[in-house]
Amino acid sequence: MIPAPFDYVAPSTVDEAVRALADAGEDAKVLAGGQSLLPVLRMRLAAPTTVVDLGKIGELTGVRDEGDAVVIGAMTTHYDVQRDPLVHDHALLLARATDTVADPQVRHRGTFGGSLAHADPAGDLLAPALALDAEMVIQGTGGRRTVSAAEFFQDFFTTSLAPEDILVEVRVPKHTGWAAHYEKFNRVAQAWSMVAVAATVRAEGGSIAEARIGLTNMASIPVRATAVEQALVGRPADAETIRAAAEHAADGTSPTVDGNADVEYRQHLAKVLTGRAVEAAMVG
Amino acid sequence: MTAMAEPEVGRARVRKEDERLIAGRTRWTDNITLPGMVHMALLRSPTAHARISAIDTSAAKEMPGVIAVYTGDDLDPGGEVGMPNAWPITPDQKTPRRPMLAQGTVNFAGEAVAAVIARSSAEAEDALAEIDVDYEDLPVVLGLDNAVADGAPLVHEDLGTNTSAEWIFDSAEAGSGGDVQQAISSSEVVVTRRFRQQRLVPAFMEPRSVVVDPTAPQLTMWSATQVPHILKTMVAMTLGLPEHQVRVIAPDVGGGFGGKLAVTPEECAAVVVAQKLGKPVKWTESRSETMVAAHHGRDQMQDITISASRDGTVTGLKVDLLADMGAYLGIVGGGVPVLGAFMFNAIYKIPAYRFSCTTVLTNTTLTDAYRGAGRPEATFGIERIMDELAAELGMDPMALREKNWIAHDEFPYTTVSTLTYDSGNYEAATAKAMQLFDYDGLRREQAERRERGDKVQLGIGISTFTEMCGLAPSRVLGSLDYGAGGWEHAAIRMLPTGKVEVVTGASPHGQGHETAWSQIVADQLGVGFDDIEILHGDTQSSHKGLDTYGSRSLTVGGIAVVKAAEKVIAKARTVAAHLMEAAEEDLEFADGTFTVRGTDTSTAIQDVALAVFAAHNLPDGVEPTLDSEAVFDPENFSFPHGTHLCATEVDTETGRVRLRSYVCVDDIGNVINPLIVEGQMHGGLAQGIAQALYEEAVYDEFGTLTSGTFADYLVPSAMDLPSFTTDRTETAATSNPLGVKGVGEAGTIASTPAVVNAVVDAVRHRGVQDIEMPLSPMRVWHAVHQGNAAAGTEGEAGGGLGSIDPAHGGAQ
Repeated sequence: MIPAPFDYVAPSTVDEAVRALADAGEDAKVLAGGQSLLPVLRMRLAAPTTVVDLGKIGELTGVRDEGDAVVIGAMTTHYDVQRDPLVHDHALLLARATDTVADPQVRHRGTFGGSLAHADPAGDLLAPALALDAEMVIQGTGGRRTVSAAEFFQDFFTTSLAPEDILVEVRVPKHTGWAAHYEKFNRVAQAWSMVAVAATVRAEGGSIAEARIGLTNMASIPVRATAVEQALVGRPADAETIRAAAEHAADGTSPTVDGNADVEYRQHLAKVLTGRAVEAAMVG
Repeated sequence: MTAMAEPEVGRARVRKEDERLIAGRTRWTDNITLPGMVHMALLRSPTAHARISAIDTSAAKEMPGVIAVYTGDDLDPGGEVGMPNAWPITPDQKTPRRPMLAQGTVNFAGEAVAAVIARSSAEAEDALAEIDVDYEDLPVVLGLDNAVADGAPLVHEDLGTNTSAEWIFDSAEAGSGGDVQQAISSSEVVVTRRFRQQRLVPAFMEPRSVVVDPTAPQLTMWSATQVPHILKTMVAMTLGLPEHQVRVIAPDVGGGFGGKLAVTPEECAAVVVAQKLGKPVKWTESRSETMVAAHHGRDQMQDITISASRDGTVTGLKVDLLADMGAYLGIVGGGVPVLGAFMFNAIYKIPAYRFSCTTVLTNTTLTDAYRGAGRPEATFGIERIMDELAAELGMDPMALREKNWIAHDEFPYTTVSTLTYDSGNYEAATAKAMQLFDYDGLRREQAERRERGDKVQLGIGISTFTEMCGLAPSRVLGSLDYGAGGWEHAAIRMLPTGKVEVVTGASPHGQGHETAWSQIVADQLGVGFDDIEILHGDTQSSHKGLDTYGSRSLTVGGIAVVKAAEKVIAKARTVAAHLMEAAEEDLEFADGTFTVRGTDTSTAIQDVALAVFAAHNLPDGVEPTLDSEAVFDPENFSFPHGTHLCATEVDTETGRVRLRSYVCVDDIGNVINPLIVEGQMHGGLAQGIAQALYEEAVYDEFGTLTSGTFADYLVPSAMDLPSFTTDRTETAATSNPLGVKGVGEAGTIASTPAVVNAVVDAVRHRGVQDIEMPLSPMRVWHAVHQGNAAAGTEGEAGGGLGSIDPAHGGAQ
């Protein structure tokens, strides 16, 4: 459990980090909180020539208010996201999902941006980012660009980040006053999600005005349950509406199979958990 | 006579070893660093069965820091060394030779193929990648039914079969009961089930580690082992070393659960390498190595038939086991399922019994002792089939048990499997458990939930278990062809200042021997708890012992301590009488003081110790020492028992099982330290529940362990477990002077069937009769919706480290 030798770079600015990645070529890896990368290195599943550590770049941490969006630095730890009042007030779904990530040790080391860039389809922050229409601010050799969550996640552990790109921050449009719940299903408390449902809903006068539903681990990337969203919106916020809408949760999904769940079971879980997520969100 | 101080025995003392163990301020094998020490790393086979056609180590030898690279032939050119199997269960048992490093073939994925020795562990590991091994694939033998099928490919060609041995007990032949076939064919009700005991990983906290120092005439070996004494003798025998020139030290050891009851190829290879190089060598495994190379546990297929009359009287029990040994036999090996032979009849009066066990070789990591070793499997089998019989009869499962168990006034009771249970009171433990659990209230709630078709169904599971522990009477082990005895040694040294050193042959690895032994000696000798030090685990100070496993330390090793203390007191009495000019028979000994009966004349045992040290004034012919030793060989096992009750809520929509309450009332006889007992119960319950719900070592069709990390092998945490309600009844064991029974395995043995029975009970009305362990949500859901268990197939999904594909990049 000793990583293969690698060069280690710890730049103090994003510009330096991008340069370091460009210099190191394709076999470089970015180290954020290290909660996924270090096990992979120690098991020698990856053997990068260079590791670029973002831990010393102050500009990558913190949460700020930018009018219509909450902007979260990529290196902000889960622990800090969980406790941030801006996140709580304007992106409650993200706070709820972050509460369920792994265990306290991991939440103190692991980072929001690192988790998104890792793009594990079982990771708990991808579906909320997608449901909230988050935008990824990326810096590469050609400067900064912004990519929507829908474009960002491309495949298992694959994003639109180029090898020399750094995920700098995430802009989360404000969903002020929206109810939210993250319904996670796993076998033991510290395990990855088998399936999870990220639901955030805005109610108005007893009916559902807007709804955003994201599914974790129902495909190689996080997916939006748009059919469920459509079935909710404009209808009374009651059990029957939710039950009927949740029936659409697995529409168009093509979940993968592992020892914990086959396709039939995963799709069934998505429906049950979607109903529970929306219901729990409405209850508050 | 002075008033007795409050006895130490029975006090819930916090363990004296806890501070150093919890803070890590202690010596583990891996923190030992010796001058000139080099490091060993092992290349392990990625394939489960292959012929090794070539190994090229030349590039690895050129790597930075590398001192040597060895193959199996380098370490053992004659191919003569094989790891010991101490329990050949039959005279004609097939026992494949297990080399230190693979020679000719690899027989499971994870078997060590070559060793790199380097100046640092990092350099040693780097060089592994430079070793080039040519493997020619051989057919992979996996699965018990496949391995014993006609025409199955063979794990070891030279053995001509995958069957290692077949061991049978038949009560008709033994004269202890009737003919089971006759019982079955003449009974009103017969229930047959096939239960699977999945494969488990012992998952001790400290990985295995060994340091060998060959730089003195007496070679010293530190090892993270449960069995330093057995290791010393076995290493000497296995490698042909003179036993008196081997010293083994088990420093503080971080758990074992049977997983460190072994004499390993890694330990032996480290010795040979150290001798070749003349330098100290260290090997410490990674967790990934533990998972594939340290022995696993369980892995049995149980075909069980029980017969009864309509009124619920059990008439016969027939058990046919297939037990997966993996690619080789470990030190206990086939003895593990054989231990279960005596326990399937459990607490019940069963008139006819037959047990057969076929031990089978497959291309997997070997299996051996794991917490309970044979007894959890047996307890699971009988407690599950009792529930199935109750369902068939339409009886309450507790009523069925009560009808068949041994009543408290029937002890001592000789069972159909020929053991004599010395004591027990199943009625008392059960009554207490039922009351704490609110059995009747929960049954009412269960009925209500069924009635209204609640999505969450309630189930109640029972396990009224007993076990045989305190391994073991030597003559019994002899009759079972076990390779050693079952005694234990202790010595007590009375120091001139009145302090006491206690040497024990038991070898703690987390149990709390230092505290418990101190409490025992404090009461026996009347000295202060803090004036006692327990020495263990070093064959130089503790020269004689049989170590710790099978819940034996207290019932065997603890009694040896008592016997040694009695000898100390007897010696001290002679001297005290001389010093006080009284007759020995006029002395009373209490609370550490000899008093001349009816007078104020007294002397403390510490004063006697000082007088003996000075030796100025001793009776003629008396040796100037109080030091004493004793070896205790029990006449019988100890038979703890208990009633465990589990309530589960099964979410029929998702298949998730939630443990709502767990009550256990255990009878482990008299208790030395209730806090240690509580700790053993909690840990044991967690491990037993883990087998029921979470843990499983899974191989794919190539023989690759797919549950090779803790991301995939699910060990539960406190978050996943309920708050346990534990209580006790105390029926003293009659087989030892402290009246104690073992507790180290009780929770693990009892809890697994309690949980599974509870889940099946929750959904039996949906047509479910069994669900394969572990009861994952998917298996439960499929069972509920199909009235039958079905498992998913392997594939790829997110989550788990094994699913990370480095080609995709990504990790940030």
